[in-house]
Amino acid sequence: MPLRLLKYGLSRDYPVTGDIPATPELKPSYDVVIVGGGGHGLACAHYLSKYHGIASIAVLEKGYLAGGNTARNTTTIRSNYITQEGVAFYKEGVSLFEALSQELDFNVMFSQRGQLTLAHTEATLRAFHLRAEMGKHMGTRTEVIDAKEIEKLVPELNMDRGGALEILGGLWHADGGTARHDAVAWGFAAQASRRGAEIHQRTEVQGFEVENGQVRAVVTNRGRVACGSVLIAAGGMNYDVAMMAGVELPIRCYPLQAMVTQPLKPWLHTLVSSVSLHTYLVQSSRGEIVIGGGSDPYQLYSTRSTLDMKEHLAEGAVHLFPFLQGVRLLRQWAGITDMTPDYSPIMGASPLANLWLDCGWGTWGFKATAVAGKRLAETIARGRVPDLLKPFALERFEKFRLLNEMGATAASH
Amino acid sequence: MKLLDCPMNGPRNIDEFQSFGPLRQGPDADAAADAEWARHLFRADNRKGVVVEWWRHVPSNFFFLAERDVVTNEIIRTYAPGSRP
Repeated sequence: MPLRLLKYGLSRDYPVTGDIPATPELKPSYDVVIVGGGGHGLACAHYLSKYHGIASIAVLEKGYLAGGNTARNTTTIRSNYITQEGVAFYKEGVSLFEALSQELDFNVMFSQRGQLTLAHTEATLRAFHLRAEMGKHMGTRTEVIDAKEIEKLVPELNMDRGGALEILGGLWHADGGTARHDAVAWGFAAQASRRGAEIHQRTEVQGFEVENGQVRAVVTNRGRVACGSVLIAAGGMNYDVAMMAGVELPIRCYPLQAMVTQPLKPWLHTLVSSVSLHTYLVQSSRGEIVIGGGSDPYQLYSTRSTLDMKEHLAEGAVHLFPFLQGVRLLRQWAGITDMTPDYSPIMGASPLANLWLDCGWGTWGFKATAVAGKRLAETIARGRVPDLLKPFALERFEKFRLLNEMGATAASH
Repeated sequence: MKLLDCPMNGPRNIDEFQSFGPLRQGPDADAAADAEWARHLFRADNRKGVVVEWWRHVPSNFFFLAERDVVTNEIIRTYAPGSRP
């Protein structure tokens, strides 16, 4: 071994540093306890510590860092929704991603390559026009394009002329993109822990001590911690965790299945999604084709995969790009999505004064990692919900003011 | 493919069936307050464990009940409405 290299290895001037410190001992109390060490919880810890001067934070994670839905989602970032409230919120989410590598001093591999959603029916096309107009009104880049433009954009697509699934047009969302999910979580975690936030892995929340409408303490498998405020950001386990505090959320859990192929040379330069086929594809920076969109048709708390769902995804993918027929699948998985009745998330206040919610992320959570973290940090630090989040309040269900978001993945169009 | 034992048609592939979610008692239509209706409509039972839920065999349009564990996905039993074993 060259001696010069060894010198660097042993030198005190170049200490070995990890991005994320090992799990420390639990302290008796924290200002903010965040339940869930996924992208959302870690993002909130970052924004709390960087912009609101709160460093006494514990992020409690049952498993390992970002190993739940952050690891399992298919990393689409977009804002082409249909409600004004939804587009306003996700637009801020996209703009935060645009600057996220700078914000975190960590390459999150954000690739704003545009997202194309295909219409095979007149009805879908009509819905696309509504979404495009809302998108333009709100200042995002969303437009309806015709079959000719689609052929130019993605020449590999099977247009199925005269067939049952002929591509009539599409919704082209130039702001859409993708990022590396692990990098997003690790970037937030590294920044937050540098400012004193503690990340406790393998720390399972087992209950809450509630007194006079407030959470006094969080009970975990490693002991009890008193808390100023609590945020629930536990992904597929949100319903369970909230129930421990006596809060019943309007959530049902369904598995969402996805898979990736073997790595290929770069050929798919946009994100492609088909409403009728319930299939979407994106080529990762490693060259794998990520294929997603298979929501199980009944409630289940399981991350098993099923052959019928993989078959369905493969069928959709091969229909759109017939030359994928000989390509091998490399991995398959599922995540538990916490679906709400209106396909919009639940953010903000709960019936308990110091318990805040970052729940109901269903199939639309990754793109909101930064914006939900930022705005909920603001909510917790100031004790009041910003205007951007108000439409997503839990109380909308009691008031019958649902936010029907039919631009969501897995919503029927 | 997973099989579901339909009380009328016998065991069939589960993709022939549609899930209609957990069985719930509807509120008293004349007496229920708004909050009760909201709860009935939106707060579906999502607890881990065995749930009783409505299913429909699509080709025959036959509705029935199934007891299923929503963690293991084990179907414990199925029966026609009103004939709980």
